[in-house]
Amino acid sequence: MAEKQYLFDKPRNVKILLGALFCSIALLVIIDYFITKHPEFYWEEYPSFYGVYGFVACVVLVLVAKYILRPIVKRREDYYD
Amino acid sequence: MINGLHPAAILIIGAFVVPLLSGRVKQAYLLLLTAVAFLVALSLSEGTYWTLSSAFLGHDLVFGRVDKLSLVFAYIFTLMGFIGTLFGIHMKGDGEKMVSLIYGGCAVGAVLAGDMITLFIFLELMMLTATYLVWAKKDRASYYAGFRYFAVHALGGLCLLAGILLHAHETGSIAFDYIGLSGLSSVLIFIGFGVNCAFPILHAWLPDAYPESTITGTVFLATFTTKSAVYLFARGFPGTDLLIYIGAVMTAFPIFIAVIENNLRRVLSYSLINQVGFMVVAVGIGTELAINGAIAHAFVHILYKGLLFMSMGSVIHQTGKINATDLGGLYKSMPFTAICCIIGAASISGFPLTSGFVTKSMIVSAAGHEGLVIVWFTLIFAAAGVFHHSGIKIPFFAFFSHDSGIRTTEPPLNMRVAMGIAAFLCIFIGVFPNVLYSILPYPVDYVPYTTPHVVSQLQLLLFSALAFTLLLRSGIYPAEIRAINLDIDWSYRKGTRLFLWLLYNPATRVGQWGSRLFFECIPAVVTRMSLNPLAVIAITADRARMLFASEQHKGVIKARIEKERLIYPGDIIKSWPIGSTVLWVSVFLLAYLLIYYL
Repeated sequence: MAEKQYLFDKPRNVKILLGALFCSIALLVIIDYFITKHPEFYWEEYPSFYGVYGFVACVVLVLVAKYILRPIVKRREDYYD
Repeated sequence: MINGLHPAAILIIGAFVVPLLSGRVKQAYLLLLTAVAFLVALSLSEGTYWTLSSAFLGHDLVFGRVDKLSLVFAYIFTLMGFIGTLFGIHMKGDGEKMVSLIYGGCAVGAVLAGDMITLFIFLELMMLTATYLVWAKKDRASYYAGFRYFAVHALGGLCLLAGILLHAHETGSIAFDYIGLSGLSSVLIFIGFGVNCAFPILHAWLPDAYPESTITGTVFLATFTTKSAVYLFARGFPGTDLLIYIGAVMTAFPIFIAVIENNLRRVLSYSLINQVGFMVVAVGIGTELAINGAIAHAFVHILYKGLLFMSMGSVIHQTGKINATDLGGLYKSMPFTAICCIIGAASISGFPLTSGFVTKSMIVSAAGHEGLVIVWFTLIFAAAGVFHHSGIKIPFFAFFSHDSGIRTTEPPLNMRVAMGIAAFLCIFIGVFPNVLYSILPYPVDYVPYTTPHVVSQLQLLLFSALAFTLLLRSGIYPAEIRAINLDIDWSYRKGTRLFLWLLYNPATRVGQWGSRLFFECIPAVVTRMSLNPLAVIAITADRARMLFASEQHKGVIKARIEKERLIYPGDIIKSWPIGSTVLWVSVFLLAYLLIYYL
């Protein structure tokens, strides 16, 4: 019994979505050069400051959570029972 | 002066009619009641109403202090009361419906309270009703989580009560206005509010209890307790520097746990602390922009967090599962719920054209204006982090990710309409922020939609999405695993076991030893000594003599002691001649006579 194919069952659609993400990012990086900024702090004027900071923040967040926090706090589901 | 009905009274008194009705009539009544409460809240105008003069030990009780600060909360609490009621209207059981209404009513009562006694009573009623909502799921986990919720909040409540009484003693007034952090009373009140606000270390009740409640219970819980605490800080402690740092910690630490947490409602509970952290920072900054930001963020947060909890509630309602490891691929059978969840997720992440964008940015800008560099970096980090765990993780693991094979249907119509209303409002406020700005306490001259702001926010979010994609594809992203994560509640969940162990083992032994000593050994010795006190005195005296006697005497005394011990208790009559008895009696009589004459 073949089940109905859904939106993301087709690898092509996933690729389109990822492509859209990468294109938007590229577009944002380009736009960043052409806009006039009104920064509170001088580092906000660096090209793509927010993008780089967001990317680094998320990678650090995941690595710390996975390799430092999880070994400390992870317990079996019946730990408290 | 009475100006119509108090919205809290409508909800609280109206709740008691619920068990008398049934079927469609009850459903219509519930919707009408909450809608009327919302409309009455909308119709309130600024002023002081419902005052009981000298009702409490000569102090006035003020049930209606209506100003711009309390009004915003009255609006959103009654609005969310309506949406939450609609969401759960088809569920069985009158108890939960009644208690939800009372809980919401008390939250409205607390934000409108003008004095600390009224405030305290409403806060304690909120604590009791919230405990009931945790219990309403009626399983083992919710039973224990409810008790822990109750215990933590009862302690917080005691702290608050002590603070209020001291404060009233110091100032001679129970009016609830600016308190500021100075002196013991204010510290106690601060901690009392802080428990409700889920301050770090005091926070563990929140991710412990909220995921254990019913699907509608959690929607109400996530709305009232923490946000009323934000109001209390905005009223009593605006501009308190300590709040900036407490809030910054609140924004940052929960996201680390949220990344590795498996229970999706627990992930939302941690992100709730993170979002409340933004509000606490803003209250701590205390400028007009910051207070506006805190209040506006509380307003929209209630909507999108309610929406997220409703979408996860729908998932539980339809599949009975909530762990990321059991879910996935649900967009195939619950597309509407998935879209609502994504709108909530976009709002909490602060995507342009959603409500989070127009409020969170006020707080970040306020921190920037004040030159708080570290706080500013923390807030941006937290903004990226919240997108990571709430914005992507929640919809991704529930509705997409690997297909769990679960095929179900959309939730009932009322649940979909409730989610639809919340989702609509999230976008509406994002597109027309001035509607929200116009009801804030201070005039707003903040423009959220500037090109650099939109671009920088989109960069932050899309690069975070890129990080998520790359980490997931490379296999570095931590796989969801069936496990729980420890938090501060470990200290009292295991701590009480240590306490019980100490009670059962060492403490019991000390108790047994004590009872032997006092009920067996000492009475036995006393009984034996009282057989012949004189002989005891003689033996004791001889033993004392032994200490000072010369060597040749020691032998004699030793022999005598042994003889005395051998015949103990001996014949009391023999060693106790009549003459000496008479002598002692005369001595005592003489002493009595002397005392009498003196």
